[in-house]
Amino acid sequence: MSNENVLEVRDLVTYFFLRRGVVKAVDGVSFDLKRGEVLGLVGESGCGKSLTALSIMRLLPKGGARTLRGAVRLGGENILTRSPRQMREIRGRRISMILQDPQTSLNPVFSVGEQLREAIFRRTRGSKAEVMREAVEALRRVEIAAPDQRIGQFPHQMSGGMKQRVVGAIAVCGQPEVLIADEPTTALDVTIQLQYLKLLKRLQAETGMAILFITHDFGVVARMCDRVAVMYAGRIVECGPVVQIFEHPSHPYTQALIASVPRMSGTVGGRLATIDGQPPSLLDLPAGCRFAARCAHVQARCRDTYPPTVTVAGEHTADCWRLGAQ
Amino acid sequence: MGGFIARRLLQGLVLLVLVATVVFFLGRLTGNPADLMLPEDATAEDRARLIKALGLDGSLMTQYRAFIGSALKGDLGTSLRMRQPAVDVFLSRLPNTLVLIPWALLLAMLVGIPLGVVAALNRGRFLDRASGTIAVLGIATPSFWLGIVLIFVFSVELGWLPSGRMGGPEHYVLPVITLGTFLTAGFMRLTRSSMLDVLESEYVKLARIKGLSETMVIWKHCLRNALIPVLTLWGVFVGNLITGAIVTETVFAWPGVGRLTYEAVIYRDFPLLQAVIILKAILILTINLVVDILYAYVDPRIRLS
Amino acid sequence: MPWLSILVIASMLCMAILAPLLAPHSPIDQTLRDKLLPPFWFEGGTSKYILGTDAFGRDILSRLIYGARVSLIVAGLALTVGGGLGLLIGILAGYRGGIVETILMRLVDAAFTFPAILFALLLAVTMGQGLGTLVIAISLLLWAPFARIIRGEVLALKQRDFVALAKVRGCSEVRIMLTHILPNVLNTFMVLVTLNIGVVIIAEAALSFLGAGIPPPTPTWGLMVSEGRGRIAEAWWVSLIPGLAITALVLSVNLFGDWLRDRLDPRLRQQ
Repeated sequence: MSNENVLEVRDLVTYFFLRRGVVKAVDGVSFDLKRGEVLGLVGESGCGKSLTALSIMRLLPKGGARTLRGAVRLGGENILTRSPRQMREIRGRRISMILQDPQTSLNPVFSVGEQLREAIFRRTRGSKAEVMREAVEALRRVEIAAPDQRIGQFPHQMSGGMKQRVVGAIAVCGQPEVLIADEPTTALDVTIQLQYLKLLKRLQAETGMAILFITHDFGVVARMCDRVAVMYAGRIVECGPVVQIFEHPSHPYTQALIASVPRMSGTVGGRLATIDGQPPSLLDLPAGCRFAARCAHVQARCRDTYPPTVTVAGEHTADCWRLGAQ
Repeated sequence: MGGFIARRLLQGLVLLVLVATVVFFLGRLTGNPADLMLPEDATAEDRARLIKALGLDGSLMTQYRAFIGSALKGDLGTSLRMRQPAVDVFLSRLPNTLVLIPWALLLAMLVGIPLGVVAALNRGRFLDRASGTIAVLGIATPSFWLGIVLIFVFSVELGWLPSGRMGGPEHYVLPVITLGTFLTAGFMRLTRSSMLDVLESEYVKLARIKGLSETMVIWKHCLRNALIPVLTLWGVFVGNLITGAIVTETVFAWPGVGRLTYEAVIYRDFPLLQAVIILKAILILTINLVVDILYAYVDPRIRLS
Repeated sequence: MPWLSILVIASMLCMAILAPLLAPHSPIDQTLRDKLLPPFWFEGGTSKYILGTDAFGRDILSRLIYGARVSLIVAGLALTVGGGLGLLIGILAGYRGGIVETILMRLVDAAFTFPAILFALLLAVTMGQGLGTLVIAISLLLWAPFARIIRGEVLALKQRDFVALAKVRGCSEVRIMLTHILPNVLNTFMVLVTLNIGVVIIAEAALSFLGAGIPPPTPTWGLMVSEGRGRIAEAWWVSLIPGLAITALVLSVNLFGDWLRDRLDPRLRQQ
């Protein structure tokens, strides 16, 4: 794993402009994704993780969402300024994405083979037979049994887990440098989730691509990620190597999140830890730290001014006033 | 798939029997239909004779059995006015209507579907609202009036097109436009809403993620899915066209089964009207069945189950 | 706010309600001397008959005004009867479920497949023309769409807690349907009514045009269009003006209905 950054996100801002106000869904997000690593992007629903991914892909939903500023550098160039045509070249070939729900990701009226063929065709213009061979091979790589039979089947003839593998195959057949996985296992059966994660890890080892792994589940983070960024109310509040974060969570939100993951080693009959309160409305964000209302260690200045980014150790950083004093 | 067809066939037959029964009983709801057909000065004997001739003597159930019995043999009564078996009259006029309907359907699709796609792609903007207004106009304009206006403008005032009757291609233009206008609006609205649904779907998002061109995304991924609901309603559409033909054929003096229906109403030719309704029911049910089979074939989710 | 539509609807309503006051002439008196006069802004027209006269010398404007009355009365009655029937069937089918629902919904499906206009025509022939026949005939067109949508609403409603509470309290089914379900579907019902006014007006006009509506000499717009058809070359106004009225009213009602539905219940979009 080299130290080179394959993707650099700097101060990304994407707002929703609605009649009732401005929803600051992504409010200044910055992180680096190194070549060949798996970076987790963790946070609860609605914190802006998916939208960050869509902003990077420049596939914002219709209806008032706009990326206002920021830079997303892929191999040095800022892709936010690319023309739509150039962006289309990048999609599928240099950055790819896996969506959350396998039931709706695949077009129901086309065969799996056809949908793979579309993706493969973007990379090579081989003969029909060659492309078909590659498609079958792609299915084999994601561990689908009897791929030559499956190739002609339609999505509804496959289970959820298998469909998600197909989605994975489609995503990697363009040989991307970056794969964004948006909660890829959330909609799968628990028994299948682990298999899928292992598959992703294997694919990553084979291709050397970097993965931006979006999830709300810290347990998955522990298993999959090399580094993790914790997101809250539109901003990243803590970031660093996984082991560091687990052993020394520095931001109160991260601490609470980790504490709330149920553990096998807890006391029997103990209560599950939860975080009191609700995240702030993205329409009406406070001036200071956004976690202030729910924080057990809140001070006066937390409410007034947004905390600075403090280096905890090496690459581990967190945005909290409590850490400045050290 | 075979089971699907068999089930639909059965449903169709049940429906047909239902329609025939309703027609039968509706016809005899208010006393004896013979009374409606008799002139003012008819004597009691005349009435008795007519009743016997129409088979209206005997209990309701006897009549019903006789009715179904002859129906199964292909006899649906005799037209009072034309003194011919109703079925024969119907069949002789049917081709004239059947020749009109496909054109109206084609017009409606060629104009309505693209308008709907354009509206969906430009949601909320001018093109969307403009097509929406055109669609509402198409629905609000009564087709009988539209036909008359078209005759007035193009036939009377401008003299470009004939005002009625069957004939060469120029005779088809106005009737087809009249018949197809209402349907065009329907296609436009349906395509638009269907496209809007599909445009939001995850698989379209994935198609974009793959980096496919926008044209590919819309024409290949969106349209194919968006047209499926449109296809399911084809049967209803054709049914609407068949009834719409009643008015259109009347306005344009077109010798089809629509005009036949009008004549049956105007001349109070009850046996003919009864037969026409049942035969149209058969026609509509058959078309619905064919459409359902087509739909089952097109949607792989049904074809392969 | 769709002001133009509201204006048109309001004017039609005025015409209908205040017909005797507004109409300059009697709608049925024939003055053969004055037959086929064009509207007053044309040559040969007179301000005595603002919109001209028909083949029997009857004033078009007066007939138009009284025709509005007929259209709205028929629409009101048909919507009440047909819509009401659909409402009841929808509630019954949705709430009872089971075999009752299956049978009723199959009937609804059948009604959707088969065009009701044909039954309407049959009724006109067998029951004779008249207001009653016309209302029943048009009701046949309405009940199925109403029943289907209302039943959908009821299916969702009956899962709600206040229904369970009522059952626990021992309310009879009929009571629950009337006092709990019914008031909650009225919102949807009213929107459906608004959306279907246009359908009813065109159905009435079409039936009248085909000679299955209210018999002459009562002026109805559909009948007026039909009567003017033969003379379209020399007296286009006899047919064109009433048809314009129909189009304007239905257009306004549709636009207003769409606006209303968007405000009250966007779920009903695109039925």
